[in-house]
Amino acid sequence: MPQIVVEQLVKTYQVAERAPGLWGALRGLVRRKHRTVRALDGISFAIERGELVGYIGPNGAGKSTTVKALSGILVPDSGRCEVAGRVPWQQRIAHVAQIGVVFGQRTQLWWDLPVIESFELLRDIYRVPPDRYARARDQMIGLLDLAPLLDVPVRQLSLGQRMRCDLAAALLHEPAILFLDEPTIGLDAPSKLAVRDFIQRLNRDRGVTVILTTHDMDDIEALCTRVMVIAGGKILSDGTLAALRGQVTRERWLTVDLASADAAIDEPDATVIRRDGGRVCLAFDPQAVAPAELIRRVTSRHAVRDLFVENPPIETIVARLYAAHGGGEAGSEP
Amino acid sequence: MAGAFGLYRAYAAASIRSQLSYRASLVMTTIGIFLVTASEFVAVWALFDRFGQVRGWTLPEAALLYGMSSVSWAVCDAIGRGFDVFGDMVKTGGFDRLLLRPRSTVLQLLGQDFTLRRFGRLAQGLLVLGYAAVAGTIDWTVGRAVLLAGAIACGVCAFLGLLVLQATSAFWTIDKLEVWNAFTYGGLTMSRYPLPLYRPWFRAVFIFVIPLACVTYFPGVVILGRAEPLGAPAIAGWLAPLAGPAFLALGLQVWRIGIRHYRSTGS
Repeated sequence: MPQIVVEQLVKTYQVAERAPGLWGALRGLVRRKHRTVRALDGISFAIERGELVGYIGPNGAGKSTTVKALSGILVPDSGRCEVAGRVPWQQRIAHVAQIGVVFGQRTQLWWDLPVIESFELLRDIYRVPPDRYARARDQMIGLLDLAPLLDVPVRQLSLGQRMRCDLAAALLHEPAILFLDEPTIGLDAPSKLAVRDFIQRLNRDRGVTVILTTHDMDDIEALCTRVMVIAGGKILSDGTLAALRGQVTRERWLTVDLASADAAIDEPDATVIRRDGGRVCLAFDPQAVAPAELIRRVTSRHAVRDLFVENPPIETIVARLYAAHGGGEAGSEP
Repeated sequence: MAGAFGLYRAYAAASIRSQLSYRASLVMTTIGIFLVTASEFVAVWALFDRFGQVRGWTLPEAALLYGMSSVSWAVCDAIGRGFDVFGDMVKTGGFDRLLLRPRSTVLQLLGQDFTLRRFGRLAQGLLVLGYAAVAGTIDWTVGRAVLLAGAIACGVCAFLGLLVLQATSAFWTIDKLEVWNAFTYGGLTMSRYPLPLYRPWFRAVFIFVIPLACVTYFPGVVILGRAEPLGAPAIAGWLAPLAGPAFLALGLQVWRIGIRHYRSTGS
């Protein structure tokens, strides 16, 4: 039995439409036109205990609506959803005691208080027994290197420090499931790596199920064995990164450094997608022309200084998938 | 260990520590609020000083109502601040965070912000009340003292009920409706003066719709030992304050409807 089951979940919003300008605003006071937006258009998936799932999609795709429904804040229109055997929105209090949620853009710590006092308040809010609290707190302090931060008021922390404290705060009651909403947004490189490393250890060593929404594809590549892509309220793809790639394109890129900056390059089985002086990037389908064959042809006709073959970056794959489904900016996140 | 009251205490302590981290600002605003509210009463004093009595009410008698109302409002304002700023919470998504915690939203909002600077207002209310108690002709009995304390507690409930209703409207309008200020601040001002001074329809609103007159005027008349000129039965002074808790209960019921609406519309 999967830990999280979602079947045919539908959620629509009524969005007030308004003509632009002051006149439109005034008219909107009297009569409003409403437009129905299907934020979730019958999505289904199942997640097993201990999975680390990336959940991606353009803004307004339905990511945060899904997370709100899974965390019991939002009641959907129809469909089934069970998390650890409970319907989240029917038993809010019992449900939220079992999950942890971290928003990259918002802190749940008390702004003017030292970090440790926020932790103690959360202990009281979640009714964590003192011995379990002490154990969880000490583990978090060790794993996230929080000792020097405990007595600092939250408002004086850097973004990276604050995120580490927020992660700890969401885990003091030892939830079995953790929702992370853009946990690395705005962080510098070392902080990103620290956060990723922590998420990985949490998942691997403790078996915490993690659902990660992000726009940072490096997060996905570094962490997730499974990626779900949502756009326009529908799940477009659900599987490994390799499967996602295969679904969108077989394309591979050959980048060559030519000795001469103005040599014309013309290969029947490849298209030039980028050129910067002598550096040329060719896209090709490895089933139409084997990489070795293409390299042989190019090197036999041109003086090549260096070359390498790579997969298109995951950003490109995802952008193409969004575009193919009318993606991009699909509207504003409700 | 952490029952509702224990958690509230933890919240309040945290809130107080937060405010103490801006000590100078806290002291200044507390004094400022005290001076502003004190000057309001000076205006009342000037009125009575000029005319001696207003429709048969002396200054100490009016001061009793004024003090009861001020103390109730000060306590309500100190503990219910979370509801007062609730509209902004809905707008910024901060309310979701409350829903993500395994505690009642009302308890979390009450704990949100325990505002110390309101003690400036409380001090004014208590001073006015003290003046009313000694300067007037009140024949103090245990019963009357209990009624005074009970009426103030019920008054806190009535004002809290107003704040809860005001906050609930944010689920539908996002922006806090300024019209509520007419009821909260208008009601506060109304409840400071003897009810017979007002027109009948106005009295009816503050007896039957927003029962602020029930928690100040009616018990006040009993404490003062005055004859009630509006024809309410004598027992009304003892029972009317219960309208305060009833009003709060009603407000919380509407609050529940508001949360259901919020969770189904997500806005």
